[in-house]
Amino acid sequence: MRGVFDIVGPVMIGPSSSHTAGAARLGLMAGKILGERVVKAEILLHGSFAQTYRGHGTDKALLGGIMGFEPEDERLRDALEIASDRGIEYSFSPVDIPEAHPNTAVLLLTGEKGRTVRVEGASIGGGNIRISQIGDFEVHLTGKYPALVVVHRDRPGVVNKITTIIARYGINIAYMKLSRKNRGQEAMMILETDDELTGEMLEDCCAVPEIIKAFAIPSIRGRE
Amino acid sequence: MISFNSIAELVELAQKANCPISQIVIQWEMENNFVAEEKQRAMMLKNWQVMEESLKRGLTNYEKSVSGLTGGDAVKLYAYRQHGYTGEAVLSAAASAVGVSEVNAVMGRIVACPTAGSCGIVPAAIYAAAEKNGNNIDEIVDALFTASGIGMVVEANASIAGAYGGCQAECGTAAGMAAGALVQLAGGTPEIVGNAVALAIKNLLGLACDPVAGLVEVPCVKRNGFIAVHAMVAADMAMAGVQSVIPVDDVIDAMNRIGRSMPSSIKETAEGGLATTKTGLRLTKEIFGK
Repeated sequence: MRGVFDIVGPVMIGPSSSHTAGAARLGLMAGKILGERVVKAEILLHGSFAQTYRGHGTDKALLGGIMGFEPEDERLRDALEIASDRGIEYSFSPVDIPEAHPNTAVLLLTGEKGRTVRVEGASIGGGNIRISQIGDFEVHLTGKYPALVVVHRDRPGVVNKITTIIARYGINIAYMKLSRKNRGQEAMMILETDDELTGEMLEDCCAVPEIIKAFAIPSIRGRE
Repeated sequence: MISFNSIAELVELAQKANCPISQIVIQWEMENNFVAEEKQRAMMLKNWQVMEESLKRGLTNYEKSVSGLTGGDAVKLYAYRQHGYTGEAVLSAAASAVGVSEVNAVMGRIVACPTAGSCGIVPAAIYAAAEKNGNNIDEIVDALFTASGIGMVVEANASIAGAYGGCQAECGTAAGMAAGALVQLAGGTPEIVGNAVALAIKNLLGLACDPVAGLVEVPCVKRNGFIAVHAMVAADMAMAGVQSVIPVDDVIDAMNRIGRSMPSSIKETAEGGLATTKTGLRLTKEIFGK
């Protein structure tokens, strides 16, 4: 059983928990993964998202989410205008991704400091989401928990070093996944935790020699 | 540690503790999701405030949805409320539920209860009941916890998603939640709550989810109006002492099995039912231009 407030709730902007609230959450997560103000958003829509996005405001919800609007933010309705006012370049186009969930979006974002990121995710019902890909890496992120993403060189003992740091800060790991491109090359570690991650902890992770980059994604649920 | 997986268990726990079902639900949330009672009450109060705002906005909302399929019917129905066969209270509740649903369709703020497609039913029924009984805000908040407990059991044993169980899973669950809440607001026992849930859900079994163009508008918006009234009748029947021959957990089991055996064309895919009528197809073409 989930919680009391998953049944009565969430507060959201209509009309659809999967096509609007979930889409806003996908945008929100992608924006957090980019980690800086978005200046350009290229959005690809697959399946049901591609078919019905206008009628459900999926486009507005995705773009609003990217700008940091929560699923209950009334500004979602005017997200396209707000994005234009903020000088954000955006586009929506259909895409066919074999075997992807029918409500899948791919978000290609560029930030003000030039950072780019490709995030693929699906709205899996009831406003819940699953991020399945960040860049070249397969991931599994729900946004329900704070997450730590670590890109590192595939060497023995790296996982141990990172989890030791996390343990030192008294943070409990709820979920963990490790993937790599090829043996000995670049790898990615995703950890979902019960507690919010601190900047200090992140600095300690970045100080590990094998780490290429590490960033934290705050949770997008359970906030007041 | 408190635990319940059926309405029967929920009713029994409440009977044993000599408290309303809402108190058991609050305790469950405390033990399982570590949210203190005071905070839970504040969160539920916020939900009710949003429900009330959407309901009031709905009764004065003339705006059409993006597709143009819905908008303005709550206002019409509300204006007619003193002239109908069913009486002012019933028509006001129907208008309120249609109104909340129309607010949802114009990208307004609502509370999913249990889903966005069924968001008008519980608020409209509770609002009407509280007006009739003179229930205070604490009683309303309590009734929402009872409604949530009912929805939790349905989700655990069947589904609250149209894509899995058809509309019976969304509006049927909402009807059960509303009927149970209304019994509590009328001062009925936990046992009567269970009975009302059975009556409400039983009479919506097998309901198709076949929205035109896949949008949460036709038939969803008006259906919210009908089902708010349906829930009120179920609560009245149960309070009058009418019993469901099939016990509530059996009804939920039937809902689950029916949902599984329904074809996917009438489970939120817009590939059957009203969505593929001649008119449904024409409207789809007009809206999406293909």
